[in-house]
Amino acid sequence: MSGANPLRASAAIVGVATAGCGEAPGRTEMELLAEASRLALADAGLTLADVDGLATASASVPMWSMSVAEYLALRPNYVDATMVGGSSCIGNLVPAMLALQAGVCRTVLVCYGSTQRTAVMNRAALSRARKQLDPNPYEQPYAPLAPATSYALAAARHMHQYGTTRRQLAEVAVAARRWAQLNPEAFMRGPLTIDDVLSARRVSDPLGVRDCCLITDGAAAFVLTTAERARGLRQPPVYVLGSSLSLSHRQISAMPDLTVTAARESGAAAYAMAGVSASDINVAQLYDAFSINTLLFLEDLGFCAKGEGGAFVEGGGIGPGGRLAVNTNGGGLSCVHPGMYGGFLTIEAVRQLRGEAGARQIQDAQLALVHGNGGSLSSQATAILGSGATR
Amino acid sequence: MSSNNAESSPALGPQQHYLQALADRRLLLQRCAECGWHQFPPRSLCVHCGAGEPDWVSPSGLGTVYSCSVVARAPEVGGDYNVVLVDLDEGVRLMSHMVNHPEGSSLIGSRVSACFEPGPEGPRLVFTPVEEAA
Repeated sequence: MSGANPLRASAAIVGVATAGCGEAPGRTEMELLAEASRLALADAGLTLADVDGLATASASVPMWSMSVAEYLALRPNYVDATMVGGSSCIGNLVPAMLALQAGVCRTVLVCYGSTQRTAVMNRAALSRARKQLDPNPYEQPYAPLAPATSYALAAARHMHQYGTTRRQLAEVAVAARRWAQLNPEAFMRGPLTIDDVLSARRVSDPLGVRDCCLITDGAAAFVLTTAERARGLRQPPVYVLGSSLSLSHRQISAMPDLTVTAARESGAAAYAMAGVSASDINVAQLYDAFSINTLLFLEDLGFCAKGEGGAFVEGGGIGPGGRLAVNTNGGGLSCVHPGMYGGFLTIEAVRQLRGEAGARQIQDAQLALVHGNGGSLSSQATAILGSGATR
Repeated sequence: MSSNNAESSPALGPQQHYLQALADRRLLLQRCAECGWHQFPPRSLCVHCGAGEPDWVSPSGLGTVYSCSVVARAPEVGGDYNVVLVDLDEGVRLMSHMVNHPEGSSLIGSRVSACFEPGPEGPRLVFTPVEEAA
């Protein structure tokens, strides 16, 4: 490819694993992270001794990367402790590719673990602690649910501006459940109808509880190495063809337009690096922390025009057999969501590109888009992954 | 609207200055002396032109509801409440709560005016609907 970005396909994901997804009572987040890391390295045919680069973040522990390095007995030359919420594991890609290309390190382990569902310090306690450690005097007096109300405000504005309906938002949750029913690892696999979503417990209007992602335990790890080295390893390499991370704000009241996310920037940069466009993508994993996210990212990543996300998902548009396969593991809404979900999105894309996705496998999937979100629609990270045929 | 340098206290940074004014039931807003840009939240520089700490002005308090969510809460701990984003006429957006609005009506697009209500941690900035001549 002439004029191609030198980072394009310079690195590949060569091993992936999850651990403890759903409920893992009695185990710590580090224990789950270590299990996922061990399995991801085994998947690649590598061992901890091969790891000289580490990328990891925690939603609660400030010096987490050191704790992980100690626990896994690593002596990494390259450390990325970037914490941008749920998009972190995808935001880790470009810096890791630069480090690999520069020869700073040869094997980067990207890993995350959480026991958000079963831990003694549950989400409510964590939320109270955060108010002390990370005070927000401009929003806290109004008691928005963190983070549901931020996303509800975006959904309400999208509905006002574009006529998007709650029924269209519910389509997102129903499509995710239909995919989850094809995935034995998904946490929620029971029947779910649009009416079930609409009549579910209210949380923060217009979002009800089925518009909100799960709260589960789980760990995700993947291994990144140079394209050259990837060819000699155990699994078919999944190449990183393009990636980018963008930030637009932290608190929702500082988001310039609640109907347009920084996925526009991260997506455009990732497509440009990969040399592909939305119409080339075979399968998309879009961070569905809330049902509105999927609509926003379908629009901002160019799968449909701004304001048309609701129509795009109608009639099972993103479910099995729909016009675009989105969140084929069941997503954060029905598969797994342990606080930060970016690694799990990446792993599902890799499984699809390797043809390992069982009953939910997309035929001839060669190009996957992975999109992570963090904070209150604040950080957006996109990656385009491809099979060997796309290199 | 006039520049209001006399109100700024050199001892306090912008965040404390803003919050102390709110505690005195006054809404202040930053306006850059160099470029005229209004900004919120208060900062120690103008993010529009890069100048140093902006002046303080008293805004009209008038604005338009940009978005709204009603948070579900059990009746025994106070019941549902709304959270709104208000675009002030000066061009900044802030989070707040709307009072005195008709039950069940859509709040987005409503014209509103700043006021204060007593709260457990002192006066709280909220907004009330206003009727304006077309």
